[in-house]
Amino acid sequence: MVAHGRQCKIEGSQATARQTAELLRSVISQQRVPYTNQAGALIDAVKAVGEQLIAANPVELAVGNIVRRVLHIIREEDLSLTTAAIGELNLSAVSDDENDDDRDGNTTLSAAAVAAAARSTLRPPSLQTLLEDTPVSAAVPQTSSSGAADKSSRSRKLKHDVIEAVNELIQDIVTCHEQIAEQAVEHIHQNEVILTLGSSRTVSEFLFAAKEKKRSFRVFVAEGAPRYQGHLLAKELVARGLQTTLITDSAVFAMISRVNMVIVGAHAVMANGGVIAPVGMNLVALAAQKHAVPFVVLAGSHKLCPLYPHNPEVLLNELRSPSELLDFGEFSDCMDFGSGSGSPLLHVVNPAFDYVPPKLVSLFITDAGGHNPSYMYRLIADYYSADDLVVQRRAIAGN
Amino acid sequence: MGAQKKRAAAAAAAARVSEDPDDLARQPLQAILLADSFTTKFRPITLERPKVLLPLVNVPMINYTLAWLEAAGVAEVFVFCCAHSKQVIDYLENSEWFSQPNFTVKTIESHNIISAGDALRLIYEQNVIHGDFVLISGDTVSNMSLTQALQEHKERKKKDNNAVMTMIIKKSKPSPITRQSRLGTDELFMAIDPNTKQLLYYEDKADHSKGTICLDKMLLAENPSISLHNDKQDCYIDICSPEVLSLFTDNFDYQHLRRHFVKGLLLDDIMGYKIFTHEIHSSYAARIDNYRSYDIVSKDIIQRWTYPYVPDVKFCGNRATKLERRGMYRALEIEQSRSAQVGSFTVIGYGTKIGSNSKISDSVIGEGCTIGSNVLIEGSYIWDNVIIEDGCELRHVIVCDGVIMKAGAVLKPGVVLSFKVVIGERFVVPAYSKVSLLQQPTVHDSDEELEYADNSSGTVEFSSIQGTADQSNGEMTSESSEAHKPKLGTGGVGYIWSICEGGQEEEWRHSVAPIPEDKLTELSEAMDDDQELVTQDRTALSTSGELISDSNASEGDDNEDSKDDSVYFEKEVEATFLRAVEENVKVDHVILEVNSLRLSYNMTSADCAGAVFYSMMKLAIKTPHSSAIGLLTLYPSPFSMVASNAYPIYLSGELQQNTANIITTWQKLLKSYLLEIDEEIEIILKFEEMCLESAKEFSPLFARILHILYDKDILQEDAILRWADEKEGADESDKVFVRQSEKFIQWLREASEEED
Repeated sequence: MVAHGRQCKIEGSQATARQTAELLRSVISQQRVPYTNQAGALIDAVKAVGEQLIAANPVELAVGNIVRRVLHIIREEDLSLTTAAIGELNLSAVSDDENDDDRDGNTTLSAAAVAAAARSTLRPPSLQTLLEDTPVSAAVPQTSSSGAADKSSRSRKLKHDVIEAVNELIQDIVTCHEQIAEQAVEHIHQNEVILTLGSSRTVSEFLFAAKEKKRSFRVFVAEGAPRYQGHLLAKELVARGLQTTLITDSAVFAMISRVNMVIVGAHAVMANGGVIAPVGMNLVALAAQKHAVPFVVLAGSHKLCPLYPHNPEVLLNELRSPSELLDFGEFSDCMDFGSGSGSPLLHVVNPAFDYVPPKLVSLFITDAGGHNPSYMYRLIADYYSADDLVVQRRAIAGN
Repeated sequence: MGAQKKRAAAAAAAARVSEDPDDLARQPLQAILLADSFTTKFRPITLERPKVLLPLVNVPMINYTLAWLEAAGVAEVFVFCCAHSKQVIDYLENSEWFSQPNFTVKTIESHNIISAGDALRLIYEQNVIHGDFVLISGDTVSNMSLTQALQEHKERKKKDNNAVMTMIIKKSKPSPITRQSRLGTDELFMAIDPNTKQLLYYEDKADHSKGTICLDKMLLAENPSISLHNDKQDCYIDICSPEVLSLFTDNFDYQHLRRHFVKGLLLDDIMGYKIFTHEIHSSYAARIDNYRSYDIVSKDIIQRWTYPYVPDVKFCGNRATKLERRGMYRALEIEQSRSAQVGSFTVIGYGTKIGSNSKISDSVIGEGCTIGSNVLIEGSYIWDNVIIEDGCELRHVIVCDGVIMKAGAVLKPGVVLSFKVVIGERFVVPAYSKVSLLQQPTVHDSDEELEYADNSSGTVEFSSIQGTADQSNGEMTSESSEAHKPKLGTGGVGYIWSICEGGQEEEWRHSVAPIPEDKLTELSEAMDDDQELVTQDRTALSTSGELISDSNASEGDDNEDSKDDSVYFEKEVEATFLRAVEENVKVDHVILEVNSLRLSYNMTSADCAGAVFYSMMKLAIKTPHSSAIGLLTLYPSPFSMVASNAYPIYLSGELQQNTANIITTWQKLLKSYLLEIDEEIEIILKFEEMCLESAKEFSPLFARILHILYDKDILQEDAILRWADEKEGADESDKVFVRQSEKFIQWLREASEEED
């Protein structure tokens, strides 16, 4: 099971996120749950695996996001079960052994705490909490219908609920492209010119969706050196019958005055609304700001990262092989280590990502709708528990 | 899941290829990993630990190979262990490689194998290889994708059952200096059919002194086109069909993969087996063959050419390492003094301590090392648990596990310290020396073939010596240390190996130290010579190319070009002619060569005649100063007319004599271009020009040589007369030679009138 972690050399956040969620689901389903402190056991198991997963590929923030999402799901389910149980407690006044059922193994759950937690679930309703509460509330009647709150059935219940919720999470990840693409018509208008950089599946689906709705618009594609994925995107767009113009990255500033909207994908969205995106994106964002062109970032909710970019735990960049920039054979004489002082004069740096600060972003479109950068922290609070943010740091400290 | 994706792609590709049902494409891909290099290049380190387990940027080499094989979609790897097989097997058993899903590692162990050929024969006997397999040695680092190469191999195999092997090659700069400084190997020449990519010729030990390579002329006869490369690098990754194993079994004298097997297949066309090449461009592949390539590959890894197999990406259970600015890789729990300076492109392993004011640059430091204060480390490889006390200096050295360097010790460039050596206080280890606890094996055969035998005996020796070494280790303080004292300073333990057969002369080639300045200049001089030739060739070729395309459009335009051209042409003809004289080439052959030059430069036969004549005259000038007698004996030819006239100046007499000689010898060559009178006039004009400019020695002899030419039937009287007529109207200054030969012309005129 753990060996799986190493294999997480996956291209694309979505695939990574999905794999991670599926892996965690199997971890949860295989985890034997003790009678007491079931949620704690599940959380510990998920944390242990999650720590390894994150360490296996620290650059792919989606892994950490999903681990935290699953942890959050466990906590929420546990909470909802406990509140339900307390409701029963109040009704039937059963023994108080439920009190052993604590959250993290360190605080005994008092009635007051439960009430506080219950309140926290009932915080001012946002779209997400409403959505996420639906399955929970659907689950509660089942509990009561099963009659007496038997421990074993409850433990199975928790696991079952968690797995259900994780399944929903996986479903969300799988369908995030479609959900984002559904909003395309609201944003792309007739005869507009859209600029994008590199290739992102979310962006291409978004554009296709608008095209399918009979919108006619033109797309400028910046090629996205050094991986030149823009070339592939241009190919795809042309295959779908979209009028496409391919430009170099350095021509973005020259073309931006003719552009109505910049739509790009992201590698990750940080808690402050900053974006980690393929290299070259900051240039595009600055150009867009200079010409007051809206800069729209599409990101599935699995890309929302509860961490801040100043956090040392966040490995912001990945330095890839210099071979993407230049040909080794052609430059092998510049890489001469055997002569002179032994260190070459030519260094090649090939970072994969750029950081775009939140003030340059006009709008985020996630599968839950469009949001301002300043609203990101709110979305993140809906998806993650504050206790889980430090999962990795705690794990390292304990190492 | 990059690997899985690739695997899926490979499977899909294979599926596309294999329409016929009995194709083996469904077979999971296998690989043979030779965990023994069967050479002694890494001694003395390899006496104690197998080469594949030596750390390369703090990860044992075999892990790079295995990680790549796994990512490339290989399902089953047979690791062949020979020397120190127990260490290899123990290591693998404790590593995570035995517990991978979809990737099985099996070990094959044998102790009496002395070459790669024997190993493959043994594997054949075990009958474990069923389909195509990857043949690789455990010291190869790569990140290439096998998909395409594999697909090409399979397609070829389907078409032609004799295509048994695909060799992976990579482009590198074709200069010997880069080759030497990057890989420490000689230049490699390959002849490849540019269309089919078939390998036709392979030579890695070309004789540099002669500067020539020999190709079988049958190669040229049989293949429509051949491209000869010296800019390719052999990656030592081969995709083989199962036939390769049986070939090794059939030819029991094949030992070395390249020297015997590849060359054997190429030379011996009885069976008709073919080897093809696959060139990789953006991905990386290199084999660690000696200390120099160890250094180079380490630095390539640090510079991330091998991505994703770099220290900060976990690919085989390496410790978490962070990449910081300027290529500094640091593992966790490093204790570093504030005043220590750690420079760029360094790797520092887990739990290492660095004292104050120490300077480290371009180096790899292993785990758990203790480095004192004021230590200088430059371009060095320090493995695990090394203790370096205050004030030591290390430049471009390899220091193995457990070495202790007492305060103030200095290692000169190129030093290799094997395991657990102790260097005494303030001891200076001389450059390129190798120090080990084990004594140098006394039996040492310089014969290359016996290297294999030597190696296997090395393992036996090792076990016996190990005991004594341990003993001496234990009694370090007592009498045995006294024996070492004079060798490695106070408290030093170990033997300095005497430098073996190649001597100091060759040590610099394969060491981790940068190539010394004087050797570099030597190399670059050699390279400059080469380059001159190359540039000359290139300009010649390109200009000629231009000419061909231009000549159709407008010939008048490129006067400049054609002038350059004719200069080159003249030079070439002269060179050809001189070579012909030196090597005694037949006249017919020279004519052929000059003709081909003429075609390639797009020249008229008049130009040829002029050029040939020019070079003959040049030769005539040169010979009196160098070896007139030698030439005379070489070309004894009957001549009558020269001796009749006694000349006041001896030198010019000799010159005339030489000229006559040469003209007699080579008149056939000259005549072959003198088809019409125009060409003959061209010669006279040329001669005139020479007398005026480049070869003034001839000017007093003009008339006489003209006479010789006339006598030898090279020039007809018509030509001479027409030349004289043409010159009638010229300036006075131009008439010098006409006047000089006035008598002769007069005589000619009279003669012709008489005939009339």
